Formats: sequence, structure tokens, C-alpha cells
Amino acid sequence: MKTEQLLAALVADRASGPRSSGRALALALLAGGVLSLGLFLAALGPRADLAAALATWRFDVKIVAVLLAVGLAFRLCRAVSRPLPVAHPGRFLLPLAALAAVAVAIELADVPMAAWRARLVGSNALICLAAVPAFSLAPLVALLAMLRSTAPASPALAGAAAGLLAAASGAALYAFHCFDDSPLFVVTWYSLAALIVMTVGGLAGRRVLRW
Amino acid sequence: MPSSDDLAQLMRLARNGDDEAYRRLLVRVAVWLRGVARRGLVRAGRSVEDSEDIVQETLLVMHLKRASWDDTQPLEPWLHAIARHKLIDHLRRKGFADHVDLDLHAETLAAPEAAEAGASADARQMLSSLGERQRHIVEAISIEGRSARDVGARLGMSEGAVRVALHRALRALAAAYGRERP
Repeated sequence: MKTEQLLAALVADRASGPRSSGRALALALLAGGVLSLGLFLAALGPRADLAAALATWRFDVKIVAVLLAVGLAFRLCRAVSRPLPVAHPGRFLLPLAALAAVAVAIELADVPMAAWRARLVGSNALICLAAVPAFSLAPLVALLAMLRSTAPASPALAGAAAGLLAAASGAALYAFHCFDDSPLFVVTWYSLAALIVMTVGGLAGRRVLRW
Repeated sequence: MPSSDDLAQLMRLARNGDDEAYRRLLVRVAVWLRGVARRGLVRAGRSVEDSEDIVQETLLVMHLKRASWDDTQPLEPWLHAIARHKLIDHLRRKGFADHVDLDLHAETLAAPEAAEAGASADARQMLSSLGERQRHIVEAISIEGRSARDVGARLGMSEGAVRVALHRALRALAAAYGRERP
């Protein structure tokens, strides 16, 4: 087939796929998130003292942090789904790092040193490490499926970004169950859980997001 | 000589259903890609006989991924990124493991290029990987130059159904290129 002939076929094909990757990404996140919400309500559910927790700054900061993580990871995911390489993708997460640093500093100033360790270890660390990835699974699959129609400069990076977004949404659910609200706990264990999902996403992305 | 702004304008027109604008854009991109592919192959110490395969595979991918272009941005960096990605991909697939040093910016989209030398051998082979109906539709539209409506009338399909089948066939072709190993 000559190239000129191929062009005729390309012109005749008017299906361009989703115009706005933001909309498609949001739909994928929503689809996966609804599945995870069902899983969350069936397996854990929100904590019993939710109303009281909402009145504490630690719980509120935790919720703000996970929602901020969802927003930032969403923007990162959009940026790395394009063919043009993104310089310093880590900069997308700077606002989250700043919030985490301030929250940790306040916690360290507020709590006697003898209690730091107990706050850090908390009571749910292992459940957190298992639950956040579990609630991330459906969003991760949905996001990777959507990203297959895009053209990421680095498939591994795009997969890792999808993992981060999935982990942030999984953490947003788990945060309503978890009793450990200390920034020391959240920064440590939520980040570790996110790293697990990002690694899975990166490895999967390298395979399924190649184009 | 049209400026690079016109390329983005052509793509915008194409997005709004202007087939003639899209055809003109693809012709210019194909000419440019031919130069990029040939020089990339030479730089990698390869023979240029594969160049038309690279041109066609890249055009196919560019077409299928064109929604990834943000229409507030210029088109050329996006074209460069895709051409670079597919050229490196092609060289790696053909067993070229060294660092590939490509200076795509040395090429400009306005530069005149040698005309297409021959048909792509790969494309013919790739076409044979399609199902009979898909292959028939692609061949009728590309090689015979028929319209989707024409092809539909001949096959007893609606024009829309022909376009859907064509789109699937192009995606299958792109996937077949991606799977290809020496």
C-alpha cells in the first residue's frame, strides 16, 4: 500500500476518540471509584464517631490532604498522558508535600516527644497498607484502560501517575474508616500504600500503555 | 510557504470535519516524516528501505492519537514527539539497542522532500492480518479510492457502519505494527 493510499483511509475515518482527556479520565475515575465505594461500604464502612471526628483538626486535615492528592494526581495524570515529555513531574505534588510538612510540624509541636512513636505506629498500620491498595484496584484498572487510548511520552510514568490517582481515591475512602488521624501516621502509611499502588501502576503501564 | 501556525489551523479545521484540510495536513506531515525517517535510519546506520514503513506506522498512530493534541498548543512539538517515539520504537523493534540520537528539529515541516519511492512492504503484510471484511473496506477506500458511502452500498452496509469498521481496521493495523518483531 502506498502512503498516499493510506491517507485516504485516514481521512475517511472520522472517529477521533475522546476529545478531552480530562473528561474521559474523570469518568474512568468515577467508574472505578463507585466500585471501590461499594467494596468500602461492604467491607469497612465509615467510622462510628464520624461526626465527632469531623470536629477535630487532625481528621479534617487528613480529609483535605487525600482530596488534594486526588486533585493533584488527576492533573499529573492528564499531563503525562500526552506525547510531550513533562519536565519534573514531581512538581505537581508540591502543594501536597507542603501541606504534609506543615501538618507534621504542628503535630510534633503539639504532642510530647514520648507519644510520637505511638502516633506514628497507630493502631491500623497494616490494615491501612492492605485497604488503600485494595480500594485502589478498581480505579487503577479503569484508569489504565482509559489511558490506553492516549499517547503517553513515558508509559511507565503514566502508569505510575494512574497508580497515584487510584491510591489517592482509595485513600479518600479509607480515610473515613481509619481512626488514626495523626499526620505522623497519615504521612507515613498512606504514602507507603500509595507507593505500592504506584509501583504496580508503573509496571502495568510499561506493558499496557505502550503505543 | 505556509507557516507552522497553518498546521495547527489545518488540524483544527480537520477536527471540525473538514476532510480536505485534514488531507492537506496529512500530505505535508507525510513528506516531512519521510525526511525524518530516512535521516533517522541513516544516523542509526540502517538502510533506508524501511523508511516508508515508519512513515505509514507513524501516520497511523498520529491519526489514532490525534485527540492527544491540545488545540491551544502549536502542532509541531506534538508531531515531533510522536515521530521521535515511533522512530525509536521502530529501531528498537528491529534490534537497534544503542542510544538513538535524533535531531528532529533539524527537519522543518516546510522542507521539500523526495517523493515517495515505493509502496510499504509491511503495510501489505499488515493488511493481510485483518479480517476479510475489514481488509476489503480498507482496500476499497485506500487503494481503489472509493468513498465510505460507495463501499457501504456495495457491501450492503450503512455508511456509518463502514466508518466504524474502518476505524476498527485502522486500530487493528496499528496494533499489528506494534506486535511486529523481526
